[in-house]
Amino acid sequence: MTRVALLGAGVACVLAWGAGGAESSVELEPMEPNLRDLPSLQRGMTLYVNYCLGCHSLKFQRYERTADDLGIPHDVALANLVFPGRARAEGRDGPAIGDLMHTAMPPERAQQWFGKPPPDLTMVDRVRGTAWVYNMLKNFYVDPKRDFGFNNRVYENIGMPHVLVGLQGVPRLKETGLKAVDILDGKDGLLRKRDGGEFVTSVTASDEVGGEDPVIRGKRYVLEVDPGTAAMSPEEFDQAAYDIANFLHYVGDPGRLDRQRLGLWVLGFLVGLFVLATLLNREYWKDVH
Amino acid sequence: MAEPSPARPLVRLLAWVDERFPLSETFEYHASKYHAPKNFNFWYYFGVLALVILVMQLLTGLWLTMSYVPSGEGAFASVEYIMRDVEYGDIIRLAHSTGASAFFAVIYLHMFRALAYGSYRKPRELLWLIGMAIFLVMMAEGFFGYLLPWGNMSYWAGQVIVSLVGAVPFVGEELMTWVRGDFGISDITLNRFFALHVVALPIALIGLVFVHIVALHHVGSNNPDGVEIKANKDDNGIPLDSIPFHPYYTVHDFQATVAFLIVFCAILFFVPEMFGYFLEKPNFEQADPLKTPDLIVPVWYYTPFYSMLRATTFPLFGVAAKFWGLVVMGAAVMMPAVLPWLDRSPVKSIRYKGLISKFMLALLVVSFFILGYLGTIHATPLTTGIAQIGTLIYFAYFILMPWYTRIEKTKTPPERLT
Repeated sequence: MTRVALLGAGVACVLAWGAGGAESSVELEPMEPNLRDLPSLQRGMTLYVNYCLGCHSLKFQRYERTADDLGIPHDVALANLVFPGRARAEGRDGPAIGDLMHTAMPPERAQQWFGKPPPDLTMVDRVRGTAWVYNMLKNFYVDPKRDFGFNNRVYENIGMPHVLVGLQGVPRLKETGLKAVDILDGKDGLLRKRDGGEFVTSVTASDEVGGEDPVIRGKRYVLEVDPGTAAMSPEEFDQAAYDIANFLHYVGDPGRLDRQRLGLWVLGFLVGLFVLATLLNREYWKDVH
Repeated sequence: MAEPSPARPLVRLLAWVDERFPLSETFEYHASKYHAPKNFNFWYYFGVLALVILVMQLLTGLWLTMSYVPSGEGAFASVEYIMRDVEYGDIIRLAHSTGASAFFAVIYLHMFRALAYGSYRKPRELLWLIGMAIFLVMMAEGFFGYLLPWGNMSYWAGQVIVSLVGAVPFVGEELMTWVRGDFGISDITLNRFFALHVVALPIALIGLVFVHIVALHHVGSNNPDGVEIKANKDDNGIPLDSIPFHPYYTVHDFQATVAFLIVFCAILFFVPEMFGYFLEKPNFEQADPLKTPDLIVPVWYYTPFYSMLRATTFPLFGVAAKFWGLVVMGAAVMMPAVLPWLDRSPVKSIRYKGLISKFMLALLVVSFFILGYLGTIHATPLTTGIAQIGTLIYFAYFILMPWYTRIEKTKTPPERLT
């Protein structure tokens, strides 16, 4: 069993390497989604369909339900938010409000361009968490070694360009010094321990062997945006990243709020029924001694 | 009698039916004249709750089947279709997934009740064995059902569990291929698991539950004191310490059912994932044979037994440890079946058993919880060591029972119910 799992993991790693992308353990900045913030969700949807949907489908979610849940009239949605997706491939003239949110990118081409088709993101929030999406959007940086010119501090060796670069500006890593970051544990190998949530890369030298655990020092970096390259202020960009992550949180499970609303009625009914059931039970059991 | 009363046609209808079908007789035998001990406590709710959940699972399952597509291509998408596009589909689906966990929670409590009050003792051995068969079928039902969403954890947990069959000496590989119907977990496996999950096992489950209740109503219920109420009867042959199941326990169970539904709906409507214990994160990703989840674990209700499987790390007689793990896990699941013949105590209920029995039962519960927790995390040498001790304790409860139930000092149970 372990062998099967290990083999699978090995294969998976090799493939993930090919497509670009390994996980990092940088500490995530906390982020609380808010499904009641309709303006945020609407902005998130706008940003998503304009910047992300070109490559990343939301193939289980429909425009119609999304527009309804987010309070967007169908005609406004059709005019501004609904993209053709598969409509043409399916031989239709144009998109319909009831369409699934497919990408228009043909999968064969995507395979050629990126090594593997960009993943569908309907469930990304449920698999990775809202905070992860938020942080990932904010942590691209210039890395000439990567095919698309950018790397990501949350998703190391990510295989995509920094699509929001026009909004955020060109983010670069700036070295701020050395810091003890990783501790080698004699038994289990490398334990990645990052200090104070700050991102550290290019672990350089093992220079301290104090006691049993050798300490490795790495370079410490902060992100800085090139002046004059951003269309948004840092605050505005944070908000944009928040809105997209918030929108994907909604898409991950669009029924959440409806269920909670209905759940309150159901629980209210059941509590009332419980009172009646208790009284009925008491009435009958009076004569049992 | 000049004017016919409004109930009259109904009474006549009932008489008409009774001549042709034992309707009133059956109702009396199983409800209004089924004499149950009057001292049922909290632990006696879980039988009826299990029945309620069984019905809920059958209904939600039926509706899920209407929209579910059992194929490698369509399964994952159809579950998301149910979650998004089917009217109330998300509630039906989450009721089914929450129901699976609730079913096991309730059955474990039901089994604990039997352990504590000696409900498996004579004359209820057969009742107990039927119950064990139900437990076994439930485990299979849950396992097959877990593959159906075709998420990545479905796939890999299925892979891991089916691969256990491969550890059987000599014929393992062939057996594994036969179980899967393919050289890996595939569309074919999914389809046969679907058939088993929605047709074969539910029929088996309903049949077994039916005979479980028939057997129960034949021998009569045990009670927290573990004394037979049939030993003291009145002139009409009705046990003195009994009350008719209907209406007393029907109103009682109705109240408990509503209380249960409050908890159930609170989970269903507000925390259906139960922080990853009922619905696991990797399962929101479609099955991918090339992408192993970091940690492959079964759902919580299998984890105590999964822990015991993982804790078996010694090869024996030239056969791989994995096979012995399978043996240990199977033995652990089936061990309670022999309880009626292991318990040599003169009394049934834990109330009157000695200190060792109480201590062993407490140890069993603690080790079951610890094993359950360890089954949800990565195995390290330390946790494996703890799981091995837990496994020994689990088996000790059963294997040492003939000894400790005989030597300990018991209290004398009362003649009548307290």
